[in-house]
Amino acid sequence: MASEKILSVGIDIGTSTTQVIFSSLTLENTASYFSVPRVSIVDKELVYQSRVHRTPLRDRFLLDGEGIGRIVAEEFGRAGISPSETRTGAVIITGESARKENAAVVLDQLSRFAGEFVVSTAGPDLEAVVAGKGSGAQQYAKEHNCYTANLDIGGGTSNIVLFDPDGRTVAKGCVDIGGRQICLSGDWTVDYCSPSARSIADSLGLQLSEGFPISPADVQQVCQRMAQLLEQLLLGEESSLLHKVQTTGSSWFAPPRPVQAVCFSGGVADCIYHSGQKPLQYGDIGVLLGQAIRESGLFQRFRVVDARETIRATVVGAGSYTTSVSGSTITYDPGLLPQKNLPVLKLTDREQARCIQRDWALLAERITWFMEQTDSRRFLLALPGKANPSYDEIRQLADALSQACERVLHPEEALFLAVERDMAKALGQQIRLCSPKRGLVVIDSVQLEQNDYLDMGRPVVNGLAIPVVVKTLIFG
Amino acid sequence: MEAQTIERIVQEVLAELAASPSAVLPKGKTDMPVPPPLQPPHVGQSVLQADARGVCQEAGTDITSPEAKAVPLLETPQDREALERMMRSTPARIGVGRAGPRLKTQTLLTLRADHAAARDAVMMDVPEQLLEQLGLFSVQTCCTSKDQFLTRPDLGRQFPPETLEEIKRRCKKSPDVQIYASDGLSSTAIQANLANILPVLTQGLEAKGLTIGTPFFVRFGRVAAMDHISQALDAKVTCVLLGERPGLGTAESMSAYLAYRATVGMPEARRTVVSNIHRNGISAVEAGAYLCDVIEMMLKAKASGVDLRKG
Repeated sequence: MASEKILSVGIDIGTSTTQVIFSSLTLENTASYFSVPRVSIVDKELVYQSRVHRTPLRDRFLLDGEGIGRIVAEEFGRAGISPSETRTGAVIITGESARKENAAVVLDQLSRFAGEFVVSTAGPDLEAVVAGKGSGAQQYAKEHNCYTANLDIGGGTSNIVLFDPDGRTVAKGCVDIGGRQICLSGDWTVDYCSPSARSIADSLGLQLSEGFPISPADVQQVCQRMAQLLEQLLLGEESSLLHKVQTTGSSWFAPPRPVQAVCFSGGVADCIYHSGQKPLQYGDIGVLLGQAIRESGLFQRFRVVDARETIRATVVGAGSYTTSVSGSTITYDPGLLPQKNLPVLKLTDREQARCIQRDWALLAERITWFMEQTDSRRFLLALPGKANPSYDEIRQLADALSQACERVLHPEEALFLAVERDMAKALGQQIRLCSPKRGLVVIDSVQLEQNDYLDMGRPVVNGLAIPVVVKTLIFG
Repeated sequence: MEAQTIERIVQEVLAELAASPSAVLPKGKTDMPVPPPLQPPHVGQSVLQADARGVCQEAGTDITSPEAKAVPLLETPQDREALERMMRSTPARIGVGRAGPRLKTQTLLTLRADHAAARDAVMMDVPEQLLEQLGLFSVQTCCTSKDQFLTRPDLGRQFPPETLEEIKRRCKKSPDVQIYASDGLSSTAIQANLANILPVLTQGLEAKGLTIGTPFFVRFGRVAAMDHISQALDAKVTCVLLGERPGLGTAESMSAYLAYRATVGMPEARRTVVSNIHRNGISAVEAGAYLCDVIEMMLKAKASGVDLRKG
């Protein structure tokens, strides 16, 4: 059986911690001798994990790019891996850090470690999904056939995701609740208090002022309110306070079905699953928040399941779960790979139907509009495709695509296509007949949405398939 | 013949249903969706029709359709959603419930209808019209009837000498690739897939600059008949598109068998096969595009079957 191992790196730069992991992904053609090939990721092995570093900051709001660069360089050295060996992976800037102005600069700093195909990305929604995969919540949902939520509670934010029993993400969101929303020194003096923590304290009639002491009982009350808010969130309830603490730029968590099981990850998760830490061990409310959650209604209302990874969930998710693989009957010009950050233009079923009727004018219009919007001549056209298409349908679709490209795309620009249904090879073959000179990549079996970005790596397993990473947000 | 039998059974059952609908339909909780098939009890007005595949259906509902099969017949599943998910993951007939120790009427009818479709696939002929439309001439192996074809596999692998002469006379000699279609054990499979796969194959191979032999159709053909054709036409690669023995899951499955310089009596290990070509497997067009690459690979390696895999 043809198989290949590729090395993947995960780098997570959170509000309070920075971590690096390496994992080895095994890709294999799992189809039988008598079938069309089908390459899939059959094994993910964690080969190295760094210790948990505190994220270097210049001041409260600025990430120390050089400091982060040093940590990452050190960890590569300790793992005995050179950046050029990594074939895929993700750098994720998460939590409040993602909003800090210099995040893009930091990613730039890290690009020299990125190998040829490492994704740099951020965004609260994405982090929720990545953490939920890394913590094992997604697998639990599939194995136990229940709607499972993962709450990744870090320093700055709590990222929440809900998986259905097929392991699909059905709801995600993020709130500004976390261990470092309030920082305290040893004598219970408030060193820092975030706007969201202040709103929560206000709702309790408590005063939080930086530089002034606060009583342990008051801190406890704030933590209990935070736990309550998380419980509301999981129940799908709304309140004005909950809206107030929703992270800017994140989705509103709206579970379509009741949450059945809950899994905790992130730094605070260790304080939820285990007691016995000193209250101010980390100079913040993390331990107390964990304790408040353990004693809250969350544990009575939901089945709480153990996480496979807690503080490492996001980094493991980034390193092991962001890469997927295209279908194994595809069309591509090898010289066009890898490709990074292709913005996705998605056609609806209706628009596709018009293309199949050979109406290319609408498509040409959409492409022109999209290139203006994104200010880029490179893009990826995503099509829903058809189950069991006929030869005529494929031919007419290829014809419309070629016609539209001829009108609006420079002859030197390649056409990148992704189809959801398995038809990339047939469609690619037809397009080549229509426009033999244009560079072409057609992949399938990849689910994309408008505004996503796609990265494509070098072909694997004898050129059968292409590793891909779907991203929701990029910097710069 | 089969369709008529089923039609009679359906009529009888519908009549029973009309008499006492509650006897057969699930009585579960009111908020549970009731399986839709066999609903209208007005037998007198309902129109029974046979569709193109000869499957008998009550107007509007085809019990063999994927939609009808996706509905659990089990009356009170503990977790309906989980059951439906399991049913989606397998074509096996799970979640069908039971009537005492036996199958429910609908399960039995579906089973019989699927079986009838499978039998039809074996017993029917590929329509002349399709072959004309694709411009294929037709030849026959040494078998003289369907019965003989089914009982004498050896004859389905050979041609009368005059037929081989006819093939030689009508086809291009020494092509890079010789493609032909054959009914095998499912004419339905050829009917469902041939028109979509053939143009993709032909165009794809032409684009690679290969010469393609004259395509035709072999009636009553088994896989190894390709060896005679390969020798007669001196083809480098021979590819037969053949109907596979139908099961109760699908009657539309086609396979492509290919060999490099096939010779009569060669080991079976020299054949390359791509199976499961049908609407729920790999679609005909995608399989056609994939086969173009496989053929190119075979020509380059001058090998097929296990030898190709080794290289």
